[in-house]
Amino acid sequence: MYVAVKGGERAIDNAHQWLAEERRGDPAVPELTIPQIREQMRLAVNRVMAEGSLYDPDLAALAIKQARGDLIEAVFLIRAYRTTLPRFAGSSPVDTGAMAVDRRISATFKDLPGGQVLGPTFDYTHRLLDFALMAEGAAVDTQTPLGEEGGGDRETRVPHVTSFLNRDGLIETADPSDATPPDLTREPMERPADRALRLQALTRGDEGFVLSMAYSTQRGYGRTHAFVGELRIGTVLVEVDIPELGFAVEIGEIELTECETVNQFKGSRTEPPQFTRGYGLVMGQSERKAIAMSLVDRALRWQELGEDFTGAPAQDEEFVLMHCDNIQATGFLEHIKLPHYVDFQAELELVRKLRAEAMALQEAAE
Amino acid sequence: MTLASLPDRKTWMAVLAKAPPARLADLLPDLPTHTVLRQPEIGAVMVRGRVGATGAAFNLGEMTVTRASVRLATGEVGHAWVQGRDKGHALRAAAVDALMQGDLAADLAARVLQPLASDAQARRAVRAAKAAGTKVDFFTMVRGEDK
Repeated sequence: MYVAVKGGERAIDNAHQWLAEERRGDPAVPELTIPQIREQMRLAVNRVMAEGSLYDPDLAALAIKQARGDLIEAVFLIRAYRTTLPRFAGSSPVDTGAMAVDRRISATFKDLPGGQVLGPTFDYTHRLLDFALMAEGAAVDTQTPLGEEGGGDRETRVPHVTSFLNRDGLIETADPSDATPPDLTREPMERPADRALRLQALTRGDEGFVLSMAYSTQRGYGRTHAFVGELRIGTVLVEVDIPELGFAVEIGEIELTECETVNQFKGSRTEPPQFTRGYGLVMGQSERKAIAMSLVDRALRWQELGEDFTGAPAQDEEFVLMHCDNIQATGFLEHIKLPHYVDFQAELELVRKLRAEAMALQEAAE
Repeated sequence: MTLASLPDRKTWMAVLAKAPPARLADLLPDLPTHTVLRQPEIGAVMVRGRVGATGAAFNLGEMTVTRASVRLATGEVGHAWVQGRDKGHALRAAAVDALMQGDLAADLAARVLQPLASDAQARRAVRAAKAAGTKVDFFTMVRGEDK
């Protein structure tokens, strides 16, 4: 139970003043600007947008600055801001087959039609600290060599890898539907949740939590034998039906990461042997999260595919969905540091009474 | 992208929505005489994806959007829905939408829309060329069991 406490106003003001000063750090060091954070801390910005569930790089950069780099606090600021915005509409589902890809790789098909495109990746770096980045003011050569082909052909569609397996009937299909999906930001989450609701929860879920859940399936807790069928990063167009016009218009362009896993599946009572799929789609360049999301998505589909529930946490919908949101988690976790004096007073009384009774019993026994 | 000399409304609205606000302001510094029908309003659009890229829709998360509507002195009504939170961008895009319905359409398409479309095309081409520079052909080494 909370109780109202009074006083401390000046202390609180001073604490916030000091917070602002600590946020600024040494005044001899130039202050960070929002464009600097947006451009140079882009993966942090992406994470805040994905978990804050609002695509706006400038606001995410501002939140990171205000939160002194505490990304969960920054997500909290974005979630709070998001609630102040009127919802104009829902978009048409984005077409990731028409993505302008910066990166597209497959771990299952070496000779991917269209080729494997590495993009701006950390893969194959040696993970050695690059002290050149510490040499301030030194011009870094940022000229990327251009490929011979590809300039201007981004209007063309990039087929998904899974469509090649579809042709042979070796992989399950995902049938299109334009039904309005459930929205956990509008209605309390109901369980059992359908796959659309689970994906919404996972894409805004905490990257660390989703990563650990996915890793647990790889280590044997609800194993799903996943391969990355395809991972792609790039921009897609967002189109909305504008009521005053009566037709759909592109209102913007966003960067997304998409991962499709191909999972070995021996068949079950209800399904034939075939490859099954897990799906991850996350705002920004967020490939660790997208891969993790697709593994957890697949693990949660055990019931639909007629698999056994082995008791693994990643198969347990309630466990995953109720604990993946870092704002809910941090809210409940951190509230216990706020004044609980009356509750604790009651606890204190109780422990004193129990102790006195226990002592009395002990003395009587002696 | 080369626009038709008179692009359709869907095309020009898309070009305006995705334009960098500062560039649009450079190309059209002065707005025509107009009445604001809907003040620029910042809100959100829920972006949707599809399960497995082709299946049922699901909610991915929101994006910020600003919308506005204007009426020109000559009577045309223009609307805009643009990405982000720039109210000037929305107002200017709505004004262009209205102007494109009038006699100045061909001139405006050449002076404002074509440069915006060309810029966007150039940005895409540069990224596509960089991506093409990272294209790889993996080949399989001789494996143990092949010996």
